Amino acid sequence: MDNVFVDRLKKEKLLTLEICGGEIAKKLYHRKDMLFALVSLLLFTGLALFAPMITPYDPNTIDLKNKNLNPSGEHLLGTDYLGRDLLSRILIGARTSLSITFGVVLISLFIGIIFGCVAGYYGGIVDESLSRIIDIFLAFPGIIFALAIMGVLGSGVFNMILALSITQWPKYARMMRGQVLSLKKQEFVLSAVTSGANDFHILYKHIIPNSIAPLLVLATLDLGHVILSISTLSFLGIGLPADIPEWGAMLSAGKEFMRTAPYQTIFPGLAVTFFVVIFSIIGDGMRDLLDPNHEGGEVY
Amino acid sequence: MKYLLKRVGFVVITLFAVCALTFFLMNIIPGGTAEMILKYTFVGLENSVSQEQINQISGRYNLDDPLYIQFFRWIKEAVVTGDIGTSYVFKKPVLYLLALRLPATIQLAGVSMVIAIIIGVSLGIYSALKENKISDHILRIVTLFGVSMPGFWIALILILIFSLKMKLVPVSGYGSLENLILPSVALSLHSVAAIMRVTRASMLETMGQEYIRFAKAKGLSIWKIVTRHAFKNAMLPVVTVIGFQMGSLLGGTVVIEKIFAWPGIGSLLVDSISARDLPVVQGCILAIVTMFLFVIFFVDMLYTCLDPRIRYG
Repeated sequence: MDNVFVDRLKKEKLLTLEICGGEIAKKLYHRKDMLFALVSLLLFTGLALFAPMITPYDPNTIDLKNKNLNPSGEHLLGTDYLGRDLLSRILIGARTSLSITFGVVLISLFIGIIFGCVAGYYGGIVDESLSRIIDIFLAFPGIIFALAIMGVLGSGVFNMILALSITQWPKYARMMRGQVLSLKKQEFVLSAVTSGANDFHILYKHIIPNSIAPLLVLATLDLGHVILSISTLSFLGIGLPADIPEWGAMLSAGKEFMRTAPYQTIFPGLAVTFFVVIFSIIGDGMRDLLDPNHEGGEVY
Repeated sequence: MKYLLKRVGFVVITLFAVCALTFFLMNIIPGGTAEMILKYTFVGLENSVSQEQINQISGRYNLDDPLYIQFFRWIKEAVVTGDIGTSYVFKKPVLYLLALRLPATIQLAGVSMVIAIIIGVSLGIYSALKENKISDHILRIVTLFGVSMPGFWIALILILIFSLKMKLVPVSGYGSLENLILPSVALSLHSVAAIMRVTRASMLETMGQEYIRFAKAKGLSIWKIVTRHAFKNAMLPVVTVIGFQMGSLLGGTVVIEKIFAWPGIGSLLVDSISARDLPVVQGCILAIVTMFLFVIFFVDMLYTCLDPRIRYG
């Protein structure tokens, strides 16, 4: 009896998995923009990962004889005001931005899920106080809060991840709370409660797997948002120490030489825009794949 | 009415909590404040701060009290006399500095918002009416880039094209209309794109409704259908996104003001952070959050006017 049941379950699970995989592949194939975005993301993440090996010059070597050069065969994107190769700096900058971005989004996703689960699942006074805390955090417009935290803590990679995570987690918490509230009333959760499963088990096995999809979509869209925040903070000069190449800081330095060497302001900005566009397209495509109930247009 | 009171209460409580949060954030480093005052306001003391001097400053500003007592003293002062601290650098009341800078920020943010709403909404409607035509596709690609480009980069590119190459408008400054053009365009571009996308989606949904088809079947002109029937019903999500965009506009003023040397609260905030002038930082943040809360409150009220279901529900 048991075996038959397990076999059937396994079969069904396998079956659904296959269908899911097939459908996703099919949908993916039909969305050329998403395919393009995924391929270029993989390509550029690869470039960023192996940046130290492939960059033609060391990103921090100062060469004052060749400063503010225009793009040429030797320096594909030109050089900056200290004669550092712009292409190398942009590639290493991708490493900086992407690693901080993924760190921030993963941390805030994790914190958001925990807080959202606790607030939504336990309800009552817990929910009320956590929701108020979330509201307060969301009352800070834009990057103002991150700016304040960085202002107090000072610049640095760790401080930046901390500041941006603190500003990002309430979004996830609020969404997770909504998800838990709607799932809590469903039969499969109620039956788990009546069969005596403990809270952690219910949240971990039943609620989180069923509510993770829209959060992942939000996280992907957020990747672009975080990249923008990082570059804005560094542009204002309160982001990262000077020896770490970063797009925003490069723009900030380049703007002093805009009259004579406009390339320094154009290329790093293009890099930021490129990654944000890619993450928007992927996030939107993921929404179509994972969250079929969502109504709304494509990103473009 | 009850709803109104509830919203006002929410604004007051949130404001209080934001005050508390910022206050504790600014004083999070124990004993740091006195050292900061010494290091950054007395010339020549950067490396030679003695414990005695720290104690002296702590005594003068009551910095040895527990943080919550300091906070309640600060709140009491703020409510009774409107004194929210004194700048370390300028030696002037923070409120005075904010009052000097506030008009510039309101001017910039207000003009940008008007631009964003007018252009965003009209382009959104246009794009929805031309669904899947070539102009719709072009607009959608442009807006995708509009929401993806960093605001400060747009500002720099605009300066490069219109100030340095074409010499049409000044690079920076404050006072005349031509000074306002570039900053407000740079600031509003992101919001234009965001508002346009929401308007388009919302209009498309509304235009698919039965009553619009009925209006079409009656033979009404497309202009009449849009203005009389579709627009009002499509407005709700647009109003929401406008409220949120106001937040991102206020956040964006920080960097835009810095680039164009615009004498607003945003540039004051950045300068104060660099100078570690924490009372001013705190004041700027409170000012920006207060403006944002008022906008959200206003949007909420507008919402209840547009959709009576919220009032009675």
